[in-house]
Amino acid sequence: MNFGPLIFLGIFFTMSLSWLGLVLGPQLQLGRQNPEPNDKTGQLYPQARSGMAHQGAEVYRANGCFYCHSQQVGPESFGSDFKRGWGSRRTVAADYLFDSPVMAGSQRVGPDLANIGVRQPDENFLLAHIYNPQSTLPSGMKSNMPRYPYLFERRRISGKVSPAAIRFPATFTGEEGYEIIPKRDALALVAYLKSLQSETPLFELPSLTPSTNVVADTNAVAGTNAPNGTNAPAGTNAAPSTNTPAK
Amino acid sequence: MSSATQEKGGGAVATAPSEPILSDKEIDASCRFPVLVFFLSAAIWFSVSAILGLLVSIKLHSSGFLADCSWLTYGRIRPVQLDAMVYGFAVPAAFGVMLWLFCRLGRARLAAPGVLLLAAKIWNIGVLIGSIGILAGDSTGVEWLEYPRYALPFLLIAYALIGIWAALTFHARRQQQLYPSQWYLLAALFWFAWIFSAAQLLLVCAPVRGVVQICVNAWYASNLLNVWLSAVGLGAIFYFIPKLTGRPLYSYYFALLAFWGIALFGGWGLLPVNAPLPSWIPALSAVMSIAMILPILAVVLNLRGTLAGYRGTTPNPILSLIVFGALSFVLAQSMNVLSAIRPVNLLLAFTYFNAAQTHWMLVGFFGSAIFGAIYYVVPLVLDAEPFAAKKIRLNALALFGGVILYGGALALGGIFQGLNLNNPDVAFPDVVKGTLPFLHISTLGSLLIVVAGLLLSFNLVSVACRALCACCNGSKKSEARA
Repeated sequence: MNFGPLIFLGIFFTMSLSWLGLVLGPQLQLGRQNPEPNDKTGQLYPQARSGMAHQGAEVYRANGCFYCHSQQVGPESFGSDFKRGWGSRRTVAADYLFDSPVMAGSQRVGPDLANIGVRQPDENFLLAHIYNPQSTLPSGMKSNMPRYPYLFERRRISGKVSPAAIRFPATFTGEEGYEIIPKRDALALVAYLKSLQSETPLFELPSLTPSTNVVADTNAVAGTNAPNGTNAPAGTNAAPSTNTPAK
Repeated sequence: MSSATQEKGGGAVATAPSEPILSDKEIDASCRFPVLVFFLSAAIWFSVSAILGLLVSIKLHSSGFLADCSWLTYGRIRPVQLDAMVYGFAVPAAFGVMLWLFCRLGRARLAAPGVLLLAAKIWNIGVLIGSIGILAGDSTGVEWLEYPRYALPFLLIAYALIGIWAALTFHARRQQQLYPSQWYLLAALFWFAWIFSAAQLLLVCAPVRGVVQICVNAWYASNLLNVWLSAVGLGAIFYFIPKLTGRPLYSYYFALLAFWGIALFGGWGLLPVNAPLPSWIPALSAVMSIAMILPILAVVLNLRGTLAGYRGTTPNPILSLIVFGALSFVLAQSMNVLSAIRPVNLLLAFTYFNAAQTHWMLVGFFGSAIFGAIYYVVPLVLDAEPFAAKKIRLNALALFGGVILYGGALALGGIFQGLNLNNPDVAFPDVVKGTLPFLHISTLGSLLIVVAGLLLSFNLVSVACRALCACCNGSKKSEARA
């Protein structure tokens, strides 16, 4: 009697159980999920990214930003994601529908970015931070993030400073006589970062922090009872209505 | 229960009498070039990965280091480093071990090694193209599968060729009774083909939607790092420990129990409790990961039983490498079980602890066991003198030191990082600051691992050159005699 093929099938089946549970199961439950109208606004959620932000996601992928920055916020009762101001509700499957690859990340060498577009809408700040993270930190604090000068062009100033040049905070002294102009990749990356917003309240997940905007664009009540909007890095108050740009 | 039944054996047995029984020497000689090429390329990729690992490690605490060039930014060399360790080092090394053990345990010759040499070349070209692709910014953005799509055909063709060859070699065995190592290695051979192609299909070629990608990625990563690496590494360990100590494996059934346990429980990922998924998925993944205790116990009992009371006459550095690998397996898998427990998972989910676990698994367990196997096998296939114990001991010490410093520092640092991350009163820059001392120590560890990789490569190249020279001289002499 030859049991060889039988054993082979047995092994294959045993090993395939993890595939059934971790691939097929989730695929059956979530693989055909589509954007759905929001129960309050009627708008479809999530919305696809703009072209520029989509290109920015490619820059984010190519440079491996996700090895240090996660894009997932846990429920309020877990950890300190809420208290750090990283989100006002947990992230759910619907938030990632238009991401491919999904870059949710597995490490937090740097802060979570699931809602960086809400926390830090100031383009100039983001550009300065990517050009040299140290430039946006108060002196004495050290950033662990590498600089990305290759996404920018360093140009000798001839006549007037270009309106496209990054305006650095006063604490940072750049090179005299030179200005830093973001390349297209940097602008795209910032557009992508600004598109990272997973705060829209969902029916099953109402927003938990009262200060956050009911819908991303109505700022009327925001800013009145922000829990701890104090630890904003210097030079970030372009939009005072947003919640804490906590790092 | 094994397939070593007489009927099946009939075909092979019938042919056996017509051929003389092969000696170890003949079998080893038949695998000479493929095994040497696989081991040599594994050693070189290990060194490349170790050097990149050193850069990565320095960048973690000195972010300005080599930051100005896009090809050398942290987010690009880190995946190249890890992928080189898996696809450059682990896979070819596994092929070397598989081919040699299939021949040795099956008492069969390796046929047509030329095909394997060609396939090894294609595989290495694929890894090289993939690595350059990542550095150029073409990474797929999927962890453990970063090689861009254009590197895939090389890898798939090479794997298919080598896999078919290895399976045929296994099939041609004359010794029908199977040893546990053969179970492990054969399963690993098929399993890698399945997980790699399934994950490539579902994540890179025709990506599934949204968070299902997170699940597939976790499935692939854990099958790669827990199931596949374990199968190859334990297959080698269960062969070499009895071989080197001269004591039989304590229990065949424990070895099989570990095998089925790993196959069943190893591939369920380790998803963070708070991942953006329906909670049954992380829960299921945690339950299965905790059940890995069973195979770990089976391995521990088996090794303890085999080694209990063993007193070697002289210390054998190859045995130290293999035993260190086995201990690292137990440690790394225990770390995995520990971080599946809910409160621990919450604490450690996004910290360096996971990096440390991966490191113990890849370099501590697999690396060490394979280094031992290489030092044992290469002189045999080259028909050369065994390596001087001093050389192996130096290499082993560098590797042990590196693994302990790097993996230990990151594991400890990860725990502190997790405590601080979960404490909202600690500002984020202070969380980062708290990890710096550990990161500095881990750099020392990376440096030692570089030394270990270079020593292995150097030893292999020198013994290969010497054997080649001896071979040439020998043929000249015989010509002269003629």
